[in-house]
Amino acid sequence: MMEPGLNHILVISAALFFIGVFGFFTRRNLVTMLMSVELVLNSVNLNFIAFNKYVWPNKMDGLFFAIFVIAIAAAEAAVAIAIIINLYRSHHSIDVENAEEMKF
Amino acid sequence: MLNEFLILMKSELVLCCIIFLLLFIKVGTDMTNERLVPLVQVLLLVNVVASFIFNQEGTLFGGLFTTNALMAFQKSILSIGIYLISLLFADWLKKSEHMPEFFILMLSAVLGMFFMISSGSLLMFFLALELSTIPVAAMANFDLEKKLSSEAAMKMILSSAFSSGILLFGISLIYGATGTINFAEIPALLDGSPLQILAFVFLFTAFAFKLSIVPFHLWTADVYEGSPVAVTSFLSVISKGSIAFILLTTLYKVFAPMQEIWYNMVMLLSVITMIVGNLFALRQQNIKRFLAFSSIAQVGFILVGLSSNSPHGTASVVYFILIYIFSNLAAFGVAGAISQQTGKERIDDFKGLYQTNPFISWVLALALFSLAGIPPTAGFFGKLFLITAGASKGNYFFITVAALNLIVSLYYYLRIIRAVFMDKNDQPIEKIILLPATKLGMLICGAGIILTGLLSWVYDYITSLTM
Repeated sequence: MMEPGLNHILVISAALFFIGVFGFFTRRNLVTMLMSVELVLNSVNLNFIAFNKYVWPNKMDGLFFAIFVIAIAAAEAAVAIAIIINLYRSHHSIDVENAEEMKF
Repeated sequence: MLNEFLILMKSELVLCCIIFLLLFIKVGTDMTNERLVPLVQVLLLVNVVASFIFNQEGTLFGGLFTTNALMAFQKSILSIGIYLISLLFADWLKKSEHMPEFFILMLSAVLGMFFMISSGSLLMFFLALELSTIPVAAMANFDLEKKLSSEAAMKMILSSAFSSGILLFGISLIYGATGTINFAEIPALLDGSPLQILAFVFLFTAFAFKLSIVPFHLWTADVYEGSPVAVTSFLSVISKGSIAFILLTTLYKVFAPMQEIWYNMVMLLSVITMIVGNLFALRQQNIKRFLAFSSIAQVGFILVGLSSNSPHGTASVVYFILIYIFSNLAAFGVAGAISQQTGKERIDDFKGLYQTNPFISWVLALALFSLAGIPPTAGFFGKLFLITAGASKGNYFFITVAALNLIVSLYYYLRIIRAVFMDKNDQPIEKIILLPATKLGMLICGAGIILTGLLSWVYDYITSLTM
């Protein structure tokens, strides 16, 4: 059994990042799009922690950064959900296809 | 120690005080908007004056926060911008049900921009960037019952959340490649390895999203059209300006060793941005949408000056943004006054405006001449300095493309001026009644458009700050 190293974690975080990007571009439901953004942010956290543990163990910037990212992600999600609720009140749907009065 | 803290963070502290004061007024008193709007205008004027005095150089919090004369001047430019917004949209603000909240959100966003301009590390930069975008998304939704407004806010929050995800991925790669997030330590550790280039591309993508550089501009026009005019003008002037300022720091200081790599990127994006912005502006019928695409084209010109990587480039960008604030705010002020009183936002509705409203027609004409870059307005000098800064690299093909785009842009700016002054209309927009504050704001904008170009010490002063 091989010990998991930096490369394994980086592969996982890159995969998470691109799953998030793919979901953001293909999903049409606003809440799912928000979840995709959260996936991207979590891949970043994984990156920070992995770099901190394996490459720069005596520079704690990565750890601090991950904590701040978690807090900011929560703030962003709160505002986004408030906006989505307001959108639902006016459009009676949270599908992006129904919110497209402005084009080009 | 405390004195140093108070003086260096003076601009931020003044803003914090205003925000708290407004919160207390909102919660504790029942002042009417009629009395509150003038109060806020006075407070913001105090903020403008405070931003010009007692400026010192120094760093705080172990390098997280730095400030110097140039940064203080950039903050003053943004302060002037928010003061003008409070004057120009006084009518809309007085009728708005949630007026104090509007200013609390706007000033929080500006606080984030101040911290962003002063940031000395990527952590501070990221936190400040989020502080400057999340309130703006809430502001875009300010017309709560309008469908377009909530659609605009949805597009704004999703695109900014996505772009901050990309920014963070870039930052994490920089941390992995160099082991530091301090602006002062990064340049020495950059050697142009593929991982660092990838990190830079991610970082620049996030900037491009916020600055609406072309492949990432798709949210701009929709958000501008849907939001209330006051928010649109804030977005197009103040947030664009602050991002351009921090982009100057990042490209010139932090990523200076990778100059050959980013020069080509900036040049290519600048050419695409100018061309696409101009082409789409040609076919717009809504004035807010038109100004959105014109601001995309202007960002392309800012990138021309930015590509030079010299003190001259910094000076020309800062000078251009000062002019841009006056000219774009004047245009938005006129559009806002008209849409507030008549609900008309189409360019065809502006036909024959001069017959009924000579004053705002002249303000609009001055603003559009300045945006198009016609002498003797300041816009001409702004564009001239940007293009000479860009030409210092000797890439004349690039400069020729920029100059040609300038000519194309004349067509659509003058199209509006023709509609206002020459076209006949049986039912022109009726006489618009301007509040004294709005009139004052328009006069300040007009004076700024003319005087910033004619008084040479303004540019000399900015140049002396960048040396």
